[in-house]
Amino acid sequence: MSTTALSQPPQADFRQRFFGRRKMTNIVVLTLSLVAMVFGMIWLLWILYSVLLLGVGGLSLATFTQMTPPPMAEGGLLNAIYGSVAMTFVGTLLGTPLGIMAGVYLSEYGTTGWLAKVTRFINDILLAAPSIIIGLFVYALIVANTKTFSGWAGSIALALLVVPVVVRTTEDMLQLVPGSLREAAYALGTPKWKVISAVVLRAARAGVLTGIMLAVARITGETAPLLFTALNNQFFNVGLSQPMANLPVTIYNYAMSPYSNWQSLAWAGVLIITFGVLVTNMTARFLLRQKY
Amino acid sequence: MSAVAETLQTPVCMTVKNLDFYYGKFKAIKNVNMEIAKNKVTAFIGPSGCGKSTLLRVFNRMFELYPEQRAEGEILLEGKNILTSKEDVSLVRAKIGMVFQKPTPFPMSIYDNIAFGIKLYEKLPKSELDDRVEWALTKTALWGEVKDILNQSGMSLSGGQQQRLCIARGVAIKPEVLLLDEPTSALDPISTAKIEELVIELKRDYTVAIVTHNMQQAARVSDFTAYMYLGELIEFGETNQIFLKPKKQETEDYITGRFG
Repeated sequence: MSTTALSQPPQADFRQRFFGRRKMTNIVVLTLSLVAMVFGMIWLLWILYSVLLLGVGGLSLATFTQMTPPPMAEGGLLNAIYGSVAMTFVGTLLGTPLGIMAGVYLSEYGTTGWLAKVTRFINDILLAAPSIIIGLFVYALIVANTKTFSGWAGSIALALLVVPVVVRTTEDMLQLVPGSLREAAYALGTPKWKVISAVVLRAARAGVLTGIMLAVARITGETAPLLFTALNNQFFNVGLSQPMANLPVTIYNYAMSPYSNWQSLAWAGVLIITFGVLVTNMTARFLLRQKY
Repeated sequence: MSAVAETLQTPVCMTVKNLDFYYGKFKAIKNVNMEIAKNKVTAFIGPSGCGKSTLLRVFNRMFELYPEQRAEGEILLEGKNILTSKEDVSLVRAKIGMVFQKPTPFPMSIYDNIAFGIKLYEKLPKSELDDRVEWALTKTALWGEVKDILNQSGMSLSGGQQQRLCIARGVAIKPEVLLLDEPTSALDPISTAKIEELVIELKRDYTVAIVTHNMQQAARVSDFTAYMYLGELIEFGETNQIFLKPKKQETEDYITGRFG
């Protein structure tokens, strides 16, 4: 350490130039990242704008009360909306517990063991697998054997998409819980399952919920896995044992059609999915908001 | 060389016999022999890495969470060696509570933070549970500050309050021994003073072992002091004797600040 008087900093000129260069770098990097952000946002807002503009035109009371119509006839999306909600719900219900438990295993039990390593690797592959492959797999496994397309097959295909997303986020979020919190729980003589369920998972629940919501958002819009499993249906059915109408496949069929009433219903469907995901997400966050 | 193992002139709570401890191959504690006096405060001092925190983590078998760590030797509590696998680790930890350097409130309400530990061992009706929570919070001088906000998150409290909450959580399950691992090193002086008062208060009902880097704190709160260096217990005796006329030159050097 030099003992130069404080009133005369050494190499003041150099510092001035050095600091000036830093400021320039800062401005350049900030501008570049702003440009990148704007570039990304433009598309997103454009999409939302188009969805709103074209979707609202197709919306009416009939959209929510009537079945999918034949070409050039009055109709709505009730059966497709119900089918999508039902299959998304069942898919999430099947996939989430499995995903959370596997994530807990990877983070708390297996950690660096060979089984955990293999599971993690396979899970990453599953995470990146094109959803059409999942659809074909469930087709071969269930549809081909039961000889019918069904809502159950669709739900299972969606569940298979939920699992890897939830496994990954659960493990990551549990890893973020500080070890000191675990130790504090163990120090009271808490058994391991209770440490995990009552303290660690609770501390990480906002993150785990984010994972589930990401998965829900993903499967709500998936078309490919439903194309080979739930197929579609012109009629309303409550149970899941028959081919089932759903929004993504309906949108896919209607948007490609030459009929203007189908096209506008397709846009209405897009709007419903987009805002449906948004509303579910916000509701879940509100209900499970971080009180502690 | 073996450490001085003086027999205490006071009832003994825990006896440490020929204790060795390993982090993998590294021997972090070397042949420690000592007695922890009942209803007294025993302070552990020494430079960083001397093994004092490690020793505390052996006392309630915290080290067993990590497979590469192991202890050899005996720690007797009520005549039983608590290091053997015959003794249930949860019950050992129920008898020997621990509070850590950084406050670690659980992500739940203040009330549930205290009730959590109680519910592990006892099935109490709601009213008795309420009483026990109040008792633990009163014991740690926190009741007055939190009695109207029991449903708020434990994390909403200040650092000092959080640390007292953690002590209350340990006290609530009525252990025999409380281990405090540098409980004030993350706190401001006022919170520290409160915790020190609390430690002196707690020894009426509990045996306390405290690790501290603060020599004045050791002198203020403890009845007995152990000086450790490089995994060995260099000197152990009454706090007055250790601070006023230490028998070993090394102890004197550390206490007077010439080393460490």
